[in-house]
Amino acid sequence: WYQRRVRGVSERVEGRKVFSNSLDVKKMDLREMEWMNKAHDMGTSIMAVAYNGGVVIGADSRTTTGSYIANRVSDKLTPISEKIYVCRSGSAADTQFASELIRYYLESHSTEIGEPPLVKTGANLLRHIVYMNKHLMASLIIGGWDKYEGGSVYCISLGGTITKEPFAIGGSGSSYIYGYCDANYKPNMTRDECEKFVVNALSLAMARDGSSGGVVRTATIDANGVERKMVPGNQLPIFWAG
Amino acid sequence: MAGIGSGYDLSATTFSPDGRVFQVEYAGKAVENSSTAVAIRCKDGVVFGVEKLIVSKMLVEGSNKRIHTIAPHIGYAAAGLLSDSRKVVNKARDEAKYYKDYYADPISVKVLSERVANFFQSYTLYGHIRPFGTSVLVGGVDRKGPQLYMVEPSGVYYGYHAVAVGKGKQAAKTELEKLKISQLTCREAVNEVARIVYLVHDDVKDKDFELELSWVCSESNNQHQFVPADLKAEAERLAQQAVESKMSDD
Repeated sequence: WYQRRVRGVSERVEGRKVFSNSLDVKKMDLREMEWMNKAHDMGTSIMAVAYNGGVVIGADSRTTTGSYIANRVSDKLTPISEKIYVCRSGSAADTQFASELIRYYLESHSTEIGEPPLVKTGANLLRHIVYMNKHLMASLIIGGWDKYEGGSVYCISLGGTITKEPFAIGGSGSSYIYGYCDANYKPNMTRDECEKFVVNALSLAMARDGSSGGVVRTATIDANGVERKMVPGNQLPIFWAG
Repeated sequence: MAGIGSGYDLSATTFSPDGRVFQVEYAGKAVENSSTAVAIRCKDGVVFGVEKLIVSKMLVEGSNKRIHTIAPHIGYAAAGLLSDSRKVVNKARDEAKYYKDYYADPISVKVLSERVANFFQSYTLYGHIRPFGTSVLVGGVDRKGPQLYMVEPSGVYYGYHAVAVGKGKQAAKTELEKLKISQLTCREAVNEVARIVYLVHDDVKDKDFELELSWVCSESNNQHQFVPADLKAEAERLAQQAVESKMSDD
């Protein structure tokens, strides 16, 4: 993309400077389109639930630029090591950058210690990146399994706060399901109960949040590995539909 | 000693024709001339014992310790040039602190030992700095259980069940090999370590000494601390008895 400043008229669209090279202000310039200029945002609904022996994580699949759905089948569950995953919400670019950087550091660390890394190590490294770079827009949920602590869930908020939780929800869609989750979460659920809980909660969030939708992707991580599942949008559980 | 190296020993950047770096070996000599340090890795922890020679009657007892704490769960004892050892202690403490800052987990004994070893090795490569004149015992309890390592001035490090460094190391090793280490608890090892240090102390060449004893074990909640005064007093009493009975045997 390029900017021509000849006979330039500069205007700000969605916070980004766009140069129009035409004196005819009625002519529609592609570069002025909101969906051409806005950074990719992941409105998102993400979630992670720990159970005895592992963790279930889930996310929707909608990435937006403004009101355009740039990717309706995105994968927001990103591995940073074999058994540690990050659920990403916020800016797509920022969270991709942070996860890839930490994946590199975690691998070097794992080579030094000679065994798979701890979930809390991955979470702590990500927290450092988010905290030290407050201009980044990254709200992350880390879910993983390691042999010393079992399944663990860590939540990193925008400023870089890190908290360990039995379960966590995040993203714009999470606002609509706090009540549902508080009412339906029970400690010591089985693996299957956790998977159902995640799919139900995310379906409810996707039904109400415009920035969340598409399919529900889940990953269940335990001592034996990672099992990834996907529930297409038309097979999601339907609650009250009027 | 002068003449052994014959010109290949002037700098750490020079190999001899038979593949030795003499400066590093000479650093080892500094260790061999120092007083003894002993450590045992037991079933439930690690015990350190150091023979601290008293050079003057005016010295305050308990000042100038030779056993240090690197991290709450890791202890350290050194033999050789003690001023060199101070630098190593500070470096090891930094490594442990930054490791915990970044990785949210206490550093494991093996990783710390490896970092100290790499640090030692980096001082054997250049002409403008000399190798460290200390051998360092690093021991503690981490997720994998109790572990003990010794790092030599060359940067080589090994894991040990029991180890001794310093002038009494040969005699100490003989004693250590007689023990059934895999069955020792730290409580028992405290007495053994004290006894061994007393045994290898050379009354003729050296004068008085102070014994420093420390442990990291389940009794100390896996924290590195100096052995409680009453246990230490008992261990020293038994050690003195052992020395006297040995002298009467001779």
